[in-house]
Amino acid sequence: MNNTMTNEIDLSVNIGGIRMKTPVMVASGTFGYGPEYADLIDFNQLGAIVVKGICLEGTKGNPTPRTVEVTSGLINAIGLQNPGVEGFVRNYMPFLRQFDVPVIVNIWGKTVEEYEEVAARFDQVEGVAGLEVNVSCPNIKEGRGLFGTNPDMFRRVLSAVRTRTRLTLIPKLAPDLSHIGSFAKAAEECGADALSLINSIPAMAIDVETRRPKLGNVTGGLSGPAIRPIAVKLVWEAAKAVKIPMIGIGGIMNANDALEFMIAGASAVAIGTANFTDPGTAMKVTAGIRSYMERHSLTHIKQVVGTVKT
Amino acid sequence: MQLEEARIVQHTEVQGGYRLLVMDAPGIAPQVKPGQFVHLKVPHLGEALLRRPFSIFKAGEGRLSILYKSIGQGTNTMKYLQPGESLDLIGPLGNGFPIPAEDTLPALVAGGYGMAALYLAARTAPVRGLAFFGGRKSDDILCVDEFEALGWEVRIATDDGTRGKKGLVTAVLDEWIGQKGPAVVPEFFACGPNPMLKAVADRAAAGGWKAWVSVDRNMCCGVGACLTCVQKIRTPDGGWTWHRVCREGPVFESREVVWDE
Repeated sequence: MNNTMTNEIDLSVNIGGIRMKTPVMVASGTFGYGPEYADLIDFNQLGAIVVKGICLEGTKGNPTPRTVEVTSGLINAIGLQNPGVEGFVRNYMPFLRQFDVPVIVNIWGKTVEEYEEVAARFDQVEGVAGLEVNVSCPNIKEGRGLFGTNPDMFRRVLSAVRTRTRLTLIPKLAPDLSHIGSFAKAAEECGADALSLINSIPAMAIDVETRRPKLGNVTGGLSGPAIRPIAVKLVWEAAKAVKIPMIGIGGIMNANDALEFMIAGASAVAIGTANFTDPGTAMKVTAGIRSYMERHSLTHIKQVVGTVKT
Repeated sequence: MQLEEARIVQHTEVQGGYRLLVMDAPGIAPQVKPGQFVHLKVPHLGEALLRRPFSIFKAGEGRLSILYKSIGQGTNTMKYLQPGESLDLIGPLGNGFPIPAEDTLPALVAGGYGMAALYLAARTAPVRGLAFFGGRKSDDILCVDEFEALGWEVRIATDDGTRGKKGLVTAVLDEWIGQKGPAVVPEFFACGPNPMLKAVADRAAAGGWKAWVSVDRNMCCGVGACLTCVQKIRTPDGGWTWHRVCREGPVFESREVVWDE
């Protein structure tokens, strides 16, 4: 009886052309390139895997300490350490292709040309479903400062990337924008297929005994439950500005947190910091969404998305 | 590596605020190699999200134990854990210590509860050697009789002289190096604070011996995904690259380590 009930519930979503079995993905920077978690969870139960940010030639990232735990959250300043396009494709894509789960690659560059080049390279790589364009990393000076918060540069980089790839294009928005709706709209006009929001929020922590910053990079990006209400509000605002689907990100620890984002207007969600606490969070969130839908006699996840009563 | 709900079977104070936590972990325990660790989700930790890594002190017969001291938010909360409670573990993690090479005399060097990471190495080593234990005061010198029972000769130093020689553990080590005679080729296995590890590395480099050091770093994911716990490791071209303490470590051959942090 229960099985019949369960089978009637459809959790599948289409995010800008990427079909997902469940709207619950894992967020860039918290899931490595995949193999790190392979012994612990079944990848085929994820909506999608968004791998850690890749730039053209790779980079060593920031000095240590790179993360600090704070109240209900985590500040990180990893600095986008990555093996570059070739290193990633050679070392990780053969592994990732084994699974029945869409792979979305988070990409970034220091110039518009580098973003373009990275996008063009991935366009040729088998097994990549989409590109999440990181224009909002708080830990590199070119990230949010140059591209993520300046409307002209934001449009330039997204338009340029769009011309170089047929893959699903998902800009990841910065949280500290005065008008998130106008950036979301601009992304849609530049040809984005979906949006990810939010990236971590610029933040800082200080050791009062030594009076030194707790991070090697001095500042970092705050993630975790501390930022969730901010993220929910931004998703709600952006949802009013665009028609393309949104991936809600920000401190999701359980199904209720995920449902908040979806009711606010996100078609999918991504689990970030919670992967560090419990690598099985995404599966638990999917199960929780399913039982919520049962409880509310809903059969399709679309009946949840954007249904906030204001 | 696996996730496991481990049940606490014993939780007792050893001495001076150091506690022994013994868990039933039939999945993880049989896989453990000396020098590995578990990543533990501390229950009742409220708004602190991250797991805490602990060296595996003992493993056998389906059980795991760790030895810890309450020094922060996680370990202060842990002291209230009761037998019967469940703990969420990921493990075993990390590379662990190698088996001592033939024709060497293994020498363990531990700072405080660093000895916990060395106990399984002491138990499995084909040859018994010497163990050098250091700490601030006598309370920081742990489980000496257990190492002696395995056949190790333990030499002790404390900062305040309340147990063993007064001074740093490296002074006791230097004394032994000076007396041991050229035929004895030591191989070091060390766990403790970074300055101690570097001091052991310096002795090994000077004598042309090997030293394996277990590096302690703040961790986040514990499985290699987040790149928090990185350590600079030398590359053959004279440069360096980051290695993840949780994956490629925590044990490194000391000549590989760039000691600049």
